[in-house]
This record gives sequence, C-alpha cells and structure tokens, in this order.
Amino acid sequence: MNAPLASGRIPVTFDRHPDHYDHWKLAFDGPVATLTLDVAEDRGIAPGYKLKLNSYDLGVDIELHDALNRIRFEHPEVKSVILTSGKSRMFCSGANIYMLGSSTHAWKVNFCKFTNETRNGIEDSSAHSGLKFLAALNGTTAGGGYEVALACDEIAMIDDRSSTVSLPEVPLLGVLPGTGGLTRLVDKRKVRRDLADVFCTTAEGVRADRAKEWKLVDHVAKPQQFGDAAKARALELAELSDRPGGKGVALKPLARKMDDAGYRYSTVEVHLNRAARTATITVAGPEGAQPRTPEEMLALGADWWPLRLARELDDAILMLRHNELEIGLWLFKTRGRADAVLAADAALEQHASHWFVRETIGALRRTLARLDVSSRSMFAIVDQGSCFAGTLAELLFAADRTYMLQLPEEDPGAPHIALSAASFGRYPMVSGATRLEARFCEEREPVEAARQAIGETLDAHDARALGLVTATPDDLDWEDEIRLAIEERASLSPDALTGMEASLRFSGRESMLTRIFGRLTAWQNWIFNRPNAVGEQGALKVYGSGAKAKFNWERV
Amino acid sequence: MTINYSEKIPNNVNLANDRTLQRALEHWQPHFLQWWHEMGPTDFEKAEVYLRTATSVDAKGWATYGAVHMPEYRWGIFLADAVPERKIGFGDAMGQSVWQQVPGEYRSTLRRLIVTQGDTEPASVEQQRLLGHTCPSLYDLRNLFQVNVEEGRHLWAMVYLLHAYFGRDGREEAEELLARHSGDSDKPRILITFNEPISDWLSFYCFTYFTDRDGKYQLKSLAESSFDPLSRSCRFMLTEEAHHMFVGETGIGRVVKRTLEVMKELGTDDPARIRAHGAVDLPLLQKYLNFWCSSSVDLFGSEISSNSAANFANGLKGRPDEEQYEDHVLRGATLRMESPDGKGGIRTEDVPMLNALNEVMRESYLKDCEIGLKRWNRAIERAGQGFRLTLPSPHFRRSIGAWAGLPVTPQGKLISRAEYDKRLPDWVPSESDRAFVRSLMQKVAEPGKMAAWVAPPERGINNLPVDYEYVHLA
Repeated sequence: MNAPLASGRIPVTFDRHPDHYDHWKLAFDGPVATLTLDVAEDRGIAPGYKLKLNSYDLGVDIELHDALNRIRFEHPEVKSVILTSGKSRMFCSGANIYMLGSSTHAWKVNFCKFTNETRNGIEDSSAHSGLKFLAALNGTTAGGGYEVALACDEIAMIDDRSSTVSLPEVPLLGVLPGTGGLTRLVDKRKVRRDLADVFCTTAEGVRADRAKEWKLVDHVAKPQQFGDAAKARALELAELSDRPGGKGVALKPLARKMDDAGYRYSTVEVHLNRAARTATITVAGPEGAQPRTPEEMLALGADWWPLRLARELDDAILMLRHNELEIGLWLFKTRGRADAVLAADAALEQHASHWFVRETIGALRRTLARLDVSSRSMFAIVDQGSCFAGTLAELLFAADRTYMLQLPEEDPGAPHIALSAASFGRYPMVSGATRLEARFCEEREPVEAARQAIGETLDAHDARALGLVTATPDDLDWEDEIRLAIEERASLSPDALTGMEASLRFSGRESMLTRIFGRLTAWQNWIFNRPNAVGEQGALKVYGSGAKAKFNWERV
Repeated sequence: MTINYSEKIPNNVNLANDRTLQRALEHWQPHFLQWWHEMGPTDFEKAEVYLRTATSVDAKGWATYGAVHMPEYRWGIFLADAVPERKIGFGDAMGQSVWQQVPGEYRSTLRRLIVTQGDTEPASVEQQRLLGHTCPSLYDLRNLFQVNVEEGRHLWAMVYLLHAYFGRDGREEAEELLARHSGDSDKPRILITFNEPISDWLSFYCFTYFTDRDGKYQLKSLAESSFDPLSRSCRFMLTEEAHHMFVGETGIGRVVKRTLEVMKELGTDDPARIRAHGAVDLPLLQKYLNFWCSSSVDLFGSEISSNSAANFANGLKGRPDEEQYEDHVLRGATLRMESPDGKGGIRTEDVPMLNALNEVMRESYLKDCEIGLKRWNRAIERAGQGFRLTLPSPHFRRSIGAWAGLPVTPQGKLISRAEYDKRLPDWVPSESDRAFVRSLMQKVAEPGKMAAWVAPPERGINNLPVDYEYVHLA
C-alpha cells in the first residue's frame, strides 16, 4: 500500500520490482524468459474484491508492465517470452468482474487504457526489438486472459479435453472484450467474421481442437507434452530474434519526490495547480557531456538522459492519469540547451541499431504514444530557456496547441525550436504516422518543408511559417494570451474535449491499434455508461448476485 | 448399425419414434460399449453377475434382478413420472411453469451443469476398474458391479439430455464424456476428486459413503431444476444412488464390526496387534474417513460463489429438498459464515444467502454424513470401546474455496504450516497405512466367504442368502 500524502490521498503508483511482485513470477532460462501469472487473490490494488481464478486488476497489469521493461532492459539475452499461468487448469479468467462492477467509470477507463497500452507494448517489442512472445494457455482462458494472449506473436493451448478459450463478455457481462479482443480476433488473427460472431457469443468458449480450427490459437498440445512443446516453440521463436545478449541495464527505482503540489524527478517536474485544474510538466534537457558510444551509454545505464526521460515522463503521465482526474490540461515546458538535446539525439540516431539504444527509443516511442491517447488537453509552451529540440520537439506535436514566445530577433533570450530525424519516423504514433504527418493531415508538402528545416534553429517566426506552432504572442501579449487560452480551455466540457481531441489527434490513416483504442473509447465506454451494463439491474452490476440483468431492449 | 430400441435400450422417452435421438445414439452407443470394454471392469466381462436392471420406472420394473454379462447390461433411459402442472419452485421465476425445452439464455449453463454431473459417472467406473481383483467376497464384488453399471446408466441419463435437448453441441459433449479419462493427465476428468484412483476396498466403501453422497446432493439439487427433463432424470437416478450409499454405509459398518470382534478376541485396542491380526484398527479407519470426507466436501465448491447464486436465482439448480425451506427466493437473505481473515485468524461475515448456497448444501450434506457415524459409534459403544469416529472439520484439507491450502486440523483449528505438515500423517492415511490396507486386499471369491478384515453382511441381495453365488466367475 502506498503512503498517503499530507492531504490524506493515497495515490496509485507504478513502482514495482520483481522481488516484490504479488502476481507474477519472472524466470530466465537462456534466451527464453517465462512470465508466470499466479495471482494472489487477496492482493487486489483496491479493497472490496478477491482476484479469484487468476483474474486481474490494475495492480496485476502494473507488474506486467514492469516485468516487460525488466526483460527489455535488464535481459538483452532474452529473445522470446512465454506467458503462462502458475495455476492448475486455469490460465487467466480476465479482468476481475467485481472490480469492474465496483469501480468508477474513470477507473475502468484508465484501467482498460493502461492494459491496452501494455499489450500494445508487447506487439511493439515484437515488431521493433526482436522480442517474440508466446502465450502458453495451460488451462481455461477467458476474456482479458485471451486478449493478453492475442497480443502475443503466437498462442499455444493445452488440449486436455476440458479447457476452453472464450470471450464471454457479451453473453455473460453485457460488455465487450474491449481491450483489443474483438479487433485482434479479426484484424490480427483473421478469424472469419461469422465464426468470430459465434465465438464472441458463446459463454463457455471452445476447446482446443476447435480453437485451432478457427485460428483462435496456433498450436495445441496434450498436457504431458504441453510444457515441452511451449518451450520448444519459444526456442524456435527466439531464432527470429537479433537480440545480442550480454549485460543488461538495471532499472533502478525512479527518484521521485511527491507531495500534494506535484512530482519531481531528475528530468521531469510536475507542478499541479488544482484551482486552475492544470499541470505544468517541465522536462529538463541533458546536462554536461553526453555519451557518444554505446559503451558510454551502457556505462551510464538507467542514468543516461534519454532513458531517464522516458521512464520519468512515462511515470508522470501515468501518475497524472490515474491520480489527478480533474487536472484536465497539461502544459508542457522544457528547460535546457537545445544543442545538448540535439547531441543526445544524434547519438540515438547514430546507434539506433544497438540493442540498448533501440530499447531506449522504444521506451520513448511508447511513452510519447501514451500522450496521444491521454484524455487531457495538452498545450506546449515554448518560452525563454526552453529546449524543444529533437526528441523534445515531439512534445510540440503531441500537444493540441503550441504557444511560442516571440521576442525581437536580436534578443539573445528568444526561444528557438529545432527539428531532427526524431520527428520523421523514430517515434511513430500508434497509427503508424509520425506526429508531424498527423499534424498536417498527411499532406506531403508541409511535412517536406519541415524536413528541409532539420538542423536549423527556428525562431517563432520561422516556426509559425512552417506551421509548427499555433500562435506566437510577443512579450507584451504573452502572459495574457497564455492565461486566457488556459482558462478558456479549462472551462470547456471535459467529455467533449476528450472526444474532440482524440478525433483531431488521429487524422489520416488507421491501424489495428487505433481501431482498438477508438472502439474501446467509443463502444466500450458507451456500453460502460449504459444502464444495460451499469444500471442497478445492469449485467455488470448484478453479475455474481444471481439476479438476472434487466435490459432495455431498444436498439440504439 | 441398427438397434432394436425398446429391446436393447429400455426407455420411457419414446426412443422408438424419436429419429433425432436414434441418430445420436446410433453413433454414441458403440462408443460407449467400446469405452466400457476399455475403461470399465474389463477383466470381468465374461462373469455372470446378479444385477438389477431398470426396465421401467414403476415399482415393478425399476429393479429387475437376474444374472447378466456386464457388456450386455441393458442400460436404459428413464425419466421419473412427470408431475402434472409442475411449477418452478424457487428463484426469481418461482411459480411459473417449468420448462420442457432448454431456454436459449440458459443453454450454456445447463449444458455445463449436465456435463459436469455426467463426467463424474463414468469417472467413478474408471476409478474402480481394478477393484474386482481384490474383492473381499462375491457379495461385495456384485455390489461393486451394480454400482458400476448404474454409474454407467447415469452417464446414459445425462447423455440422453445432451442428445435430446442440446443439438450438435450436446452430441459433441456426449463424445467428450467418453474421451476424458480418470487420472489421465492428458485428458483428465473435470473434477479433481474423480481423478484419484480407488485402489482398495476401504477406499471404495468411503467413496460410496462420502463421494456418492455428494452425488446424491447434486442430483437432489438438480432434481429441483426448472428444466423438467433434467429434474425427472435426476429424480429417477436418486432411486439408484441410494444403493451406492448403502454399499458405503454397510461396508464401513462391517469393517467396524469385524474390528470390534478382533479387539474383543485379542482383548486389546492396540492398533499394531489389531493389524497383525489382519483387521483395520479404528484410528486407521478414522484416517480414511478424514481423507475421503475432506476430498468430497471440496466437490460442493467455493464457500462464496457467483455460479451458485446465478444457478439458484435463474431456477437451474435448487437446494436439496427445496420444499423443506420457507424462503425460496432468498433475495436479501444472508448466512453468517466463518472464513480465514488472511492473518492467521478467523473472521465472521454475513454473506448473501444466494452466494452461500454451496455452503448451505455442504452443511446439510455433512449432517447426512453424521447418520452413519452415529450408527458405527453405537456399535463401538456397545462393544465397550472408548474410541469414537468423527467427521473432520469442513475446513480441513481443502483445495477449493476460502480454506484452500490452509493448515487446519481435523478439529478445525488453524495451526502453523510446520506443525500441520508434521501432523498430517496422523490425520490421513500415510504411505505405510496404505501399504498395510493394500496387504489386506486379497481376493475372496467363494460363495459366502468373507475376507478377514470385514464382517459378512446381515442379509443378501433381493432376499437371497449371503452365500448365494452373486457372481459366477467364468
């Protein structure tokens, strides 16, 4: 349990370490890591429910998120990962229903979003980092249990004539398998539509033979052979990996100071203004000499600025999302030297294929992607002393609006921004487009013009001309313009803003992941708000009480 | 394969005119016979066994006795007589008419209930398949086979429901009931208890006493079901199940009787001397009771269960003898329940009654179990011995529910893990105890003769003498 703050609030935190996991066991055997889900039913992250049948809540997923990062950074020798269960004849029964039934809407949404991001992270590491994942379903697999399996490269299932795989959300709970289940079924696994329809409405699910036939799983094996078969397949998957082995980088605990006013890390500072419902997130650029070779980067390990930034910003986003629901507007600022950021950036670019650099870029990519799907307004404030350059320039493009202070040309304190290769493909959004492409609705010309500006120092005038900033008030207007913009934004309907921002942030192309996020936020959250799910006699509410859900039969 | 239905398969479900059912059975019946041949009491297929066969559900036909070869046993399909105008007797739909067809919204749950029940029936036949080689008498051997063929018939009863009411899914599930095998680690039976082999007759008596009694309670609760064919099936099965518990209760009673005789003869209660004399000492019997009782109470499921609530509220599965209760809806009712507090202590909490029905059933089951113990203890008392047999606490040695894996004594006390591990061999049969019991298991197959560790029964089957040749071994 976390310590309460002076105000008495007990925040959700995301600091975990394998030595203290409640729900997972992380084991290593040569190139194969095994992540074993063995949920401690009395260790739910919130009171009021028991995590029976290897069901999970946010706490279970926070450990999974930590474990994945440990594998990525601390174990470069790992090439494939087996996800399995420590329970007998039960892989995972999905998200805990009593938890969902007793949670606030916001908690459910945050939980689902985080769960989604962690699963996307599995696919991200498979696509970019050569980590291959095998779900080894050694028992009954239901709902979110199957959804996490769907995020793996391949799924092996035990054929014991009893265990089934199922997505029982619709028939049992009146909600959707919304964290990727429906979408991955058809988009990723290409399960025929009518079979998917049958599967998703069959509460009891299907056994291994039919699961294989319907492409719900890739491999089946009898219990006696299952462990060996999974291991053998994991070793084959490991063959596909280019992870080099060697010594890893320990992810030491984040140095975070926290009080009611905000959080302070080494590179990130979050200042909360509860009255205005804003958070100012100030990111510091690197200081002093930065490593140029992978050896020097490895020597710094978790202290290397880009990794610190990724971890700290990630943590800050998660802390804000889960603990500060009413802080609706995040203001991004930066402090430091643009040339130092660009130097760090150049080193990232130069050694992008080195495993440690690749993992660090991956962590930054996933962290920036969290911003895109955060239900908060984001403004970037480019003021004096800022260093929105290279990787940090992505904050400008993640933001919904950017304000840049315009000072006379001769003023040595005038802020500048600078682009690098970072904004042209290193950190794509989950749609696959870069933030710049999305910004310009995938029109070629403005993106090309921006690309031509790589290496230049851009003042407010240049930045505005290239369409990289929204407004450039001068020093006389600055204070008032910013204040008014913030106050006005903070006064608008938070729901409408969330919907509007999500619609505008993802222009152009869609991907499986945008479809998952989009359908989660649209369909699932609609259902989560409807009486048929959460009314007094809604399916989710009455689950387990024996009462039958009373539906309003109107189709909407 | 053509089947002369009414001849081969006694039934009261109009099988001769039901094309759907015929098609399903044409496929399934040969597989069943194959299963019986491979997984049943295979080595006794040529024996002529004095068995009762149900040929109709009336008083005349439900127990027709005669010598048969087991593979030729006429496994039939019977529903108890319909109750005219039967109404749903519990749950939220109480008072409405019962269902003659499976309502679509309960298809999945009813199917699971039937499959889970059905899975235990062939499982016990598999568990007991080698016992015939060590029978303590022909009388016991016949009882074993009677239990076996009737478990087989109970499988038929559940398969009938799957075939007649669940379409293709039902046919598939019926096949799976033959494909899973007790103790087969590749395709085990659904419930853990039914994967334990029953390798000696003391275990067999305990199994029929404790585990078949769980079956009785499950059948009683399904007999209350709003799905009328399931209710009628189970009601008829209960008439047969009674015999299985009779085998258990009289079996253990005969062991007690024999042990008391030996104690009197030797003038001692020293277990070592009693064992040396080839009988089962009472503390050893107590360990067997502890083992089988604790393993059977797990079958009732978790103390707090969402399934039990849904099954009751939806009218799928009631409480045994539902009419003995006043409240049949249970909305707002609670049950005070003890559960571990996670810190080594015990806390008391009020649980919604609907979620506590497994516990309600477990409690009435244990009360039913007490009846035999009273009888055996009376015999012990009459013999002037101070020992008393007891039931273990329902929290002892649990693998399911709130008490799963906790170090609880048979008296219900939470103790340290180390002490529990040390004392467990005092409470359940140790390897040497089991080895001793195995050493007693010598086949006795002469009419009227009994093994030295068990007394003869008070009377024979169907008014025949005890020394009748109940099984004619080929």
